[in-house]
Amino acid sequence: MAHEATHDHHDEHHGAPRGFFQRWVMSTNHKDIGTLYLVFALLMFFIGGSFAMVIRAELFKPGLQLVQPYFFNEMITMHALVMIFGAIMPAFVGLGNWMIPLMVGAPDMALPRMNNLSFWILPFAFALLLSTLFLPGGSEASGWTLYAPLSLQSSALSYTVFAIHLMGISSIMGAINIIATILNMRAPGMDLLKMPVFVWTWLITAFLLIAVMPVLAGAVTMLLTDKYFGTNFFNAAGGGDPLLYQHIFWFFGHPEVYIMILPAFGIISEIIPTFSRKPLFGYKAMVMATASIAFLSFIVWAHHMFTVGLPMGAEIFFMYSTMLIAVPTGVKVFNWVATMWGGSMTFETPMLFAVAFVILFTIGGFSGLMLALVPADFQYHDTYFVVAHFHYVLVTGAAFAIIAGVYYWLPKWTGRMYSETWAKIHFWNSVVWVNVLFFPQHFLGLAGMPRRVADYNVAFADFNMISSIGGFLFGASQLIFVGVLIHCVFLSKKKAADRVWDGAKGLEWTVPSPAPHHTFAVAPIIHDDELAHGHVED
Amino acid sequence: MTSGGIRQHGSKQVIAVVMAGMFALAAGSLRANPVPWQMNMTKGVTTYSRVPYDLNMISLSVCTVIGVLVFGAMFIAMFRFRKSRGAVAEKWSHNTMVEIIWTTIPVLILVCLAWLSTDGMRKFYDLSGSQMTIKVTGYQWKWRYDYVDYQGKPISHVGFMSKLDELSNETRQLGSGLDPYAVKTNGYNTYLLNVDHPLVVPIHTKIRFLIGSGDVIHAWFVPAFGWQMDAIPGMINTAWANITKPGVYRGQCAYLCGQDHAFMPIVVKAVSRKDFAKWLEAREKAATPAPAASTATPEAAQVSSPPQPAGQG
Repeated sequence: MAHEATHDHHDEHHGAPRGFFQRWVMSTNHKDIGTLYLVFALLMFFIGGSFAMVIRAELFKPGLQLVQPYFFNEMITMHALVMIFGAIMPAFVGLGNWMIPLMVGAPDMALPRMNNLSFWILPFAFALLLSTLFLPGGSEASGWTLYAPLSLQSSALSYTVFAIHLMGISSIMGAINIIATILNMRAPGMDLLKMPVFVWTWLITAFLLIAVMPVLAGAVTMLLTDKYFGTNFFNAAGGGDPLLYQHIFWFFGHPEVYIMILPAFGIISEIIPTFSRKPLFGYKAMVMATASIAFLSFIVWAHHMFTVGLPMGAEIFFMYSTMLIAVPTGVKVFNWVATMWGGSMTFETPMLFAVAFVILFTIGGFSGLMLALVPADFQYHDTYFVVAHFHYVLVTGAAFAIIAGVYYWLPKWTGRMYSETWAKIHFWNSVVWVNVLFFPQHFLGLAGMPRRVADYNVAFADFNMISSIGGFLFGASQLIFVGVLIHCVFLSKKKAADRVWDGAKGLEWTVPSPAPHHTFAVAPIIHDDELAHGHVED
Repeated sequence: MTSGGIRQHGSKQVIAVVMAGMFALAAGSLRANPVPWQMNMTKGVTTYSRVPYDLNMISLSVCTVIGVLVFGAMFIAMFRFRKSRGAVAEKWSHNTMVEIIWTTIPVLILVCLAWLSTDGMRKFYDLSGSQMTIKVTGYQWKWRYDYVDYQGKPISHVGFMSKLDELSNETRQLGSGLDPYAVKTNGYNTYLLNVDHPLVVPIHTKIRFLIGSGDVIHAWFVPAFGWQMDAIPGMINTAWANITKPGVYRGQCAYLCGQDHAFMPIVVKAVSRKDFAKWLEAREKAATPAPAASTATPEAAQVSSPPQPAGQG
């Protein structure tokens, strides 16, 4: 609709720049930068995944077969850092870059050149981080939390800290850009309470990012000065306190958890109404729930530290505040189910992943609630039960939502349909093997197997072997994903309609498929019945 | 009887596995130490250890019921409201009554869980009336135990290092060619769960543990006691256990502490008070000419002034 009106706008006539360097390295276009983010995230997903394969291979049976324990610790550290900062977060930024301007009717992101910079920092940050694996002495091996004093023992601390600073700068710039875009660039009539839920969740996530990335930067900088400049922030012998690091880290770390899940809620809230052909249930409740989860995320950090010897009053406060998060999260799950109720459902791949998300994320939420109970946590803490918990919320939660989002919007990006058959094969393999991979880890944790161990007693052998088999097959299943993507981008003959899914609502479906290089050069006109959540006033 | 689980390697029979599995399902929680196919938390062996077990069972049951209801509703929706069955989408997107109900009910459930947890915490934090004090100090990668007092009387020079047993240590080396399944103590597999010098404690005694560290953060975790506590340099944490059954209880360091984190197990040998008194007397006698205590005097393990962490500065 916007395009007929823009024939005299000169930007509309030129498409993407022709030269590879010009187009991808110099890009200021939100779609191209979104693509760069997504490709980067996929690459990191496989690098981080290959570390996970090393971990699962070593844990396949008791005894050390493949790697030295120190290298094992390097793998767990790098696996987490790469997956969190390299795969999940850039993937969400990529989806946000692509979809937020399309969803709010903006021609581009508010700060296109900063957008370019915030992406191009990342490859350097990760080159730096991954290069530490090849340094004498190896990479950081103290877990992604980099707890002092252990992290100070690694000679790779300085590289790691610098890489984290770069990632933090990139995230903060990305967040500023998203806030500026959402608050300033919405088409007339796209009121805040008419925005798609994905845009809302990203807006709130961006504020979380700005609030906490500097905190992380501060924490790791203190590590750096403790190691190289003689300060004693975390050195007990010098009057410092190792617990100070944990408090600062988790003040970043808990909101970080929601940074990785709130945009996922947004994606699921787009997909379920589309394939249910029914407006999202309780739009305002969804927005309120997201905001309250974001607020609560700042006052629950010490639930990661229940066993450090906090006074009872502190434990009680953090236990109650943590349990409170179950309420808005529950509201979200109930709303998704209520959206399906009375709908007219079909189950294309994005919907399959969304349904799997709702079930498996909720299972991760259940174990989260169990972990919140302090006396029970004294048993669960730092065992495989925790590993199972956060992989349910991050793999079957965040990663499944990203995959669902990619299948959902891929035809809009490429103008071609992906192979539904192969996508379904990818889905069923993923959903089966991910459970074989992570569900037995609950049992291992309950039986008392600590996390981050390179080797274990034979009592833990059986479930570890099952888990490893699940891990290898889950990893292999993701190769199908790459196959489907390559086929869709380069080979597929099936053209996608502008409104790819027949229940799809929202501005992004009003532009042609593939989305032209420039869209909404003239602001579109918003019709309420075009919105995925229907009339909010009801 | 309370030692680690048995598993025959190689000639393991399918029936044995099934039996072990069923055993673990039915009664595994009675065992204090991990057994193959164990799927649930141990009930433990202390006066406190039922608290986490019961909370685990209650919260798991609550989650299961909620899960069945929510996922049940979802699956009913997915079967009833399919386009292929001719379902026509309705238009509603709001229902205040339903929303109030599903916000209120979870709050009520959470209040119940919070009440139970808080009650359990009050038990855990009640260190009054302890009859014995043991200082636990974590090092990369071994534990040190110092007996501080017993029944009101101070104990001096009873303390020792406790590290991974020799057989496990040889077996766990990369490419050792040794079989983890062959590491057994009294017929139980104790691979990575055995030490050279176990901590010996009396049963039916409220033991106060003072937990600290000499280098990096460790965590002292014996599942049969129902808790773990971090060992942090510069801090002394407290926890207690009152063991009700004699036996050997095995645990591990729970917080990542460097390359040999997986190889610093904890073994607690709980004996009758009479046997403990004998053991203590023998140790005190042996300590008087000071051969045993010379390896590490209490000063060397002072948690309040830990040595400079290795690799720092």
